[in-house]
Amino acid sequence: MKTAHPRRLAVAITAASMLALTACGGSGFSESAEEGGGQAEATDAPISVLIGSSGDAETQAVTSTVDAWASESGIDASVIAASDLTQQLSQGFASGEPADVFYLSTDAFAGYAANGSLEPYGEDLENKDDYYPALREAFTYEDQLYCAPKDFSTLGLIINTAKWEEAGLTEDDIPTTWEELAAVAEQLTTEDTVGLGFSPEFQRLGVFTAQAGGGLVTDGEATAASPENVEGLNFVKQMMTDGVADYSSNLGAGWGGEAFGKGLAAMVIEGNWIAGAMTADFPDVEYQVAELPEGPGGKGTLQFTNCWGIAADSDNIEGAKALVEYLTSAESQLAFAEAFGPMPSLQSAAGDWAAQYPELEAFIAGGEYAQNLPAQQGAADVLGELNSQLESLESSDPQQILESVQPLLESVVTQ
Amino acid sequence: MPSTPAAAPKATGTTSPRRGNIRGRQGLAGWLFIAPVVVILGLFLVVPVLMAAWVSMSDWTGRGSPFSGNVSFVGAENYAGILGGEGLIGRDFGTAIRNNLYYVLLVVPLQTALSLFLAVMVNRQILRGRGVFRTAFYFPSVTSSVAITVLWLFLFSATGVVNKVLSFFAIEGPNWFQDPRGVLYILLGLVGLDQAPDALQTPGFLGITGWDWLAGPSVAMSAFILMAVFTTSGTFMLLFIAALQNISGEVQEAAMMDGTTGWQRFWNVTLPMLRPTLFTVLTLGLIGTWQVFDQIYTGTQGGPAKTTLTPAYLSFNAAFVDQQWGVGAAIAFVLFAIIVVLTLLQRWALQERDVPRRRRMVPAGVSAGSSAAGATGTAARKNEERGSSR
Repeated sequence: MKTAHPRRLAVAITAASMLALTACGGSGFSESAEEGGGQAEATDAPISVLIGSSGDAETQAVTSTVDAWASESGIDASVIAASDLTQQLSQGFASGEPADVFYLSTDAFAGYAANGSLEPYGEDLENKDDYYPALREAFTYEDQLYCAPKDFSTLGLIINTAKWEEAGLTEDDIPTTWEELAAVAEQLTTEDTVGLGFSPEFQRLGVFTAQAGGGLVTDGEATAASPENVEGLNFVKQMMTDGVADYSSNLGAGWGGEAFGKGLAAMVIEGNWIAGAMTADFPDVEYQVAELPEGPGGKGTLQFTNCWGIAADSDNIEGAKALVEYLTSAESQLAFAEAFGPMPSLQSAAGDWAAQYPELEAFIAGGEYAQNLPAQQGAADVLGELNSQLESLESSDPQQILESVQPLLESVVTQ
Repeated sequence: MPSTPAAAPKATGTTSPRRGNIRGRQGLAGWLFIAPVVVILGLFLVVPVLMAAWVSMSDWTGRGSPFSGNVSFVGAENYAGILGGEGLIGRDFGTAIRNNLYYVLLVVPLQTALSLFLAVMVNRQILRGRGVFRTAFYFPSVTSSVAITVLWLFLFSATGVVNKVLSFFAIEGPNWFQDPRGVLYILLGLVGLDQAPDALQTPGFLGITGWDWLAGPSVAMSAFILMAVFTTSGTFMLLFIAALQNISGEVQEAAMMDGTTGWQRFWNVTLPMLRPTLFTVLTLGLIGTWQVFDQIYTGTQGGPAKTTLTPAYLSFNAAFVDQQWGVGAAIAFVLFAIIVVLTLLQRWALQERDVPRRRRMVPAGVSAGSSAAGATGTAARKNEERGSSR
């Protein structure tokens, strides 16, 4: 009897300490969750800004703009460049201590809006009508604009001017229809260069379905298997089987820009980030940017954007809003454009941008008719599935691919 | 801890010197001494595991505490989602299991065989510069897996070194990391079989068609398989070398006296004595290969065509990217179950059973009672026992 006593005591101690530990863990979590209500009062609480930076230029530009705001407003603000933005954001939200202001991609937007992590401040923005309508739509969840579009990019046709001239083509030959595109691609195809190259993903091929008049989601309905989309992909498949177009991966490049820079493709479909990439990696390659050709359904391209998210759990939501207004002002956006090349999300700044970068005008022209990719919660996975099937587009039936994706997309859209 | 030494003499002085009591007090001291470890393990291992178990059965969306009021219990819903083979996540999980199964089936035997071979080679007395070889073979193991992955991406790129070398032999190498074709498909294609029979086209176990189950690892996965064998065999070679050096030379000599060939000595003397190490190597290999993550994360992110998707990567993706934390945790627990079951199976398979009399090594023409054969047998058994009583 006595022998058992100390053991029981030991077990009790261990159990108690374990309980205490669990309790600690629990309370730590719930405290911060409770704190995070909306705070109407402006405070001096410092603001942290988490960004997924493309490089030093971007980090420095954002940091100096945020510093300028901090000295103007008297609120401490610091910029953190994330190494893996998605993961660091998730961790922040789970711990109840997220960054106050952060880059938010369209892929992640719906998920965070649905679970209440985001502060829906978009409707309060003074200049909200100045944003491109398609960009506003990308960050609208349940009829509420959640966050301010940071900037955007569209896809254009990038042409290698040296190869263009070699093939005997002139300014007038820049393709404006699918037939002309296929024709110049054929003329540009040589032994070690393919006419048209693109990354093996719907994020590029989607321009053809847009030009055919289709789209994955139309008016809130999943329309993956629409005849327009089939027509668009059939056109791509045709060019690939003709040997005048190919995936960058098949050419031995990581993405379209690399295939272009290495001279493996004479034309590629890429966005305005190409300018920075070419200056950095292939400064000797001369190129020109044109609008993408029209298909049976008119002009079409895709656009990509991020927004400035504000965490609902932030300690200083008012301050964060003021910071975002400062960061999205036409002035700041044009400064960012100069530093690392994105296009301003404000319509009123488009003219200035185009005047400043006449050679990239085609990109901003695309903003008028660009489509968004579906961004509902889970849509990124459906796109992933579609992309995985598109990798073998050359040997498969576009109709079948799109039909297999349709039910998946339906389940995501009607959620 | 000043109280413990002070308490000890008092204990012997005042209470009756009954053995059990002293032991009890020692037990308390023991608990106190291990308390830091218990606390650390509890805090960083037991509590997170229990929390993950709860998350896997909840609808937590990743915001705030998983124990707060607005997170509810959903039972086995998350498990049903991934194991039912329905919907995107179910099929992705099936694909991931299929990919990883081929990875395990190829990597574990290959790395074990290669590391054993290397160990036997560098353990030979006559080999000059053994140290150099040992270092060289061990080198990949101490390099970070991310660095090796990046290196591998270069080596196996469409215009990379590997394809260049293959071109010397007039072989046109595939675009390794972009090629989703299954290796078995390619082989079957060579004999003209490139369409699935109807019976194999309906979705089967975990929502994956029989044809897809049989496709074999994709070309991209094969490159990862080669990499895993390359990087891990050095570590396991070290384990085997240690075990080989534990086998006394007398045993080998005795076997030689029995007139065995080198091959016979390896199969009938050395290998049985390595059984405990073999178990360790196979278990470590099995666990490591089922959890493959960093190569996929840095290398292909599951592509091409999801043929390098693995459960560990899928779990990460479901939780951190898609905010489906319950599903992510459920995948992790299913993976855990797979590893435990396979390890138990393997433990059972490698169990030491009594060697049947007729298979004991008795050289032809020597009677069973001969002293030399007897000596070999006993020495070998003894060593075996010593090795396995860990």
